[in-house]
Amino acid sequence: MDTGLLIEKLILAILLFVVSLGIAAYSTYFERKLAAWIQDRVGPDRAGPFGILQPIADGVKMFMKEDFTPTNADRWLFILGPGIAMFTALMTSAVIPWGTDITLFGRTIALQVADLNIGILFIFGIISIGVYGIMIGGWASNNKYSRFGAIRASSQMISYELAMGISAITIIMLSGGLGLNDIVKAQHGMNWNIFYQPVCFLVFFICALAETNRAPFDLPECESELIGGYHTEYSSMKLGLFLFAEYVAMFVSSALISILFFGGYNFPGMDNFSGNTLALLSVAAFFTKTFLMIFLFMWIRWTIPRFRFDQLMHLGWKVLIPISIINMLVTGIVIAFNEGWIKF
Amino acid sequence: MESLTNRKKVVSDKPMTFMEKLYLPAIIKGMFITLKHMFKKNNTIKYPEEQRVFAPVYRGMHVLKRDEQGRENCTACGLCAVACPAEAITMVAGERQKGEEGLYREEKYAEIYEINMLRCIFCGLCEEACPKEAVFLTDRIVPTEFERNEFIYGKDVLVEPLNDRIDVTKRQHTGTRSEI
Amino acid sequence: MSVELLSLIIGGLTIGAALMVVISKHPIRSVLFLVVTFFLISSLYILMNAQFLAIVNIIVYAGAIMVLFLFVLMLLNLNKESEPKTPKLALFSSVLASGILLLVLIAAFKDSLRLQHVRLPQQKQIGLVENLGKLLFDEYIVAFEVSSILFIASMVGAILLAKREKPIID
Repeated sequence: MDTGLLIEKLILAILLFVVSLGIAAYSTYFERKLAAWIQDRVGPDRAGPFGILQPIADGVKMFMKEDFTPTNADRWLFILGPGIAMFTALMTSAVIPWGTDITLFGRTIALQVADLNIGILFIFGIISIGVYGIMIGGWASNNKYSRFGAIRASSQMISYELAMGISAITIIMLSGGLGLNDIVKAQHGMNWNIFYQPVCFLVFFICALAETNRAPFDLPECESELIGGYHTEYSSMKLGLFLFAEYVAMFVSSALISILFFGGYNFPGMDNFSGNTLALLSVAAFFTKTFLMIFLFMWIRWTIPRFRFDQLMHLGWKVLIPISIINMLVTGIVIAFNEGWIKF
Repeated sequence: MESLTNRKKVVSDKPMTFMEKLYLPAIIKGMFITLKHMFKKNNTIKYPEEQRVFAPVYRGMHVLKRDEQGRENCTACGLCAVACPAEAITMVAGERQKGEEGLYREEKYAEIYEINMLRCIFCGLCEEACPKEAVFLTDRIVPTEFERNEFIYGKDVLVEPLNDRIDVTKRQHTGTRSEI
Repeated sequence: MSVELLSLIIGGLTIGAALMVVISKHPIRSVLFLVVTFFLISSLYILMNAQFLAIVNIIVYAGAIMVLFLFVLMLLNLNKESEPKTPKLALFSSVLASGILLLVLIAAFKDSLRLQHVRLPQQKQIGLVENLGKLLFDEYIVAFEVSSILFIASMVGAILLAKREKPIID
């Protein structure tokens, strides 16, 4: 086996791990700041200048808390739950292409940990596993609110995965490949999918909100009815893992949305650059898009109130799935016309 | 009847139009409202550095006053304890001995005077009941503690120090009937 | 480590997890062990270079069907007292039925062993998406479409069952 490749991938994976965790940590800070600004407040400003050390303070606080396990909890599953939640949230970032190839020390390095030819299916697989973290955690707590949260999470995830999958299929039809790299390459320059598939984007975005349990779809953990839902009984760093996993998932799904609809690392006028300049600029473009998506996620959270559960199911099954199916059919017909498979 | 404000909205249960059923225009409108608030001035007062100006009638931590010669005003009549709706005040009266005239103004004084700050609701009825102008509520804030029994304030905390008199003239003026 | 050794280890783990599904006292644990079994089966698929099948197995079985299983189990009241007692006859017949199933499986497995020597080495890339798609929509198009009709029938049936009956006015 090529040792250079192994080291290269290892470094990339560790870098990715650190970057995802760092971005997730600072999204908690940014979320609190944004919430404050929207509500005419200041937000955290005590830890360090402008409060930029707040995530570290939060982390230290989480570690110092008592790690409590309820008496009748299923001990192993209680530990397993947050672990799975964090693990799946981090796993998804393995197939995401972060930029064009970069040349370092005479080696051409692809800024992607694994270029699977079934990349998007891999992401869907991991997302569908992600709900186990919540379900196991909620069930093992032996608390009725936790169990309610777990049940809600499972039904919500399954309902929204369908519409999400169908809208992803529409994008796959446009780009002709399951690998995320193929999808990005099909949107070269300014040829972004959002201009062809605005409806698909809307459906996918709503489903992404639901899959990451973000408001207005945060029913598994709503504070007002379920006092925290699936993480009612959790404390210390286990709770921290649950909360953190949500932010990592938000970062990864923002990255996914920017790949599927906003051209990933493509930016207008990218043909004028080449080599490492292009690589750095493409990474910058990618992260700009991702951060804008994260901002949109947060902006929505602090604007729109939470759904009721029957409204959630209604929206998922009776609105989003029909829309995405019709959209897929129309896209298919148009593609068939363009390719000349059907003629009148 | 004429409405007091122009914010009144007539509620109707008409079936929604198609545009309303889409919900998206309303959502976008709401998002722009929150966006607008993002650039507004915030209303926060950063507490320890900046302090809000209290109203003259603000009712904070109690003080047991001394007169101009530094003698305690309180005569332990117990009217404040009777007036207190939360039953936060307890006292034990004592008789002034010879040679203590410089300490207590009246012949009877409070040996123990305790206010339970966890029970107190800061209504100010003790202040109104006091015939000797001894107890006042000031604009000082009761500090937080970790133990419950530290909230039972005795005379060591309540009586104003001789060299650090607490100004309650504002409250005295608002309280006296003769001036009104 | 060779692929054969790896697949033997994973196969052994799969059987162990599958046994735990049956042995576990608590139904929720059984379901979780079933999920583990599906994951191990998926890793066997990956060893056979059938990535598409592996990931679809995870999405459909582990990600959707097992979540629904868990969902239903969480809704049920799983007290020891409310468990119905199994009659002796039912126990005996279930053992008999699963014994017969085992026999059939062994017979099928023997055949598949012979098949493997004939087919597998020539088509190493069969599990990749492009090849699988070409095979499904070319050689096996009829079977594919028939199975989709089967799915539609089951969906319509489910909707019909779930739909509220109109109140009878007499």
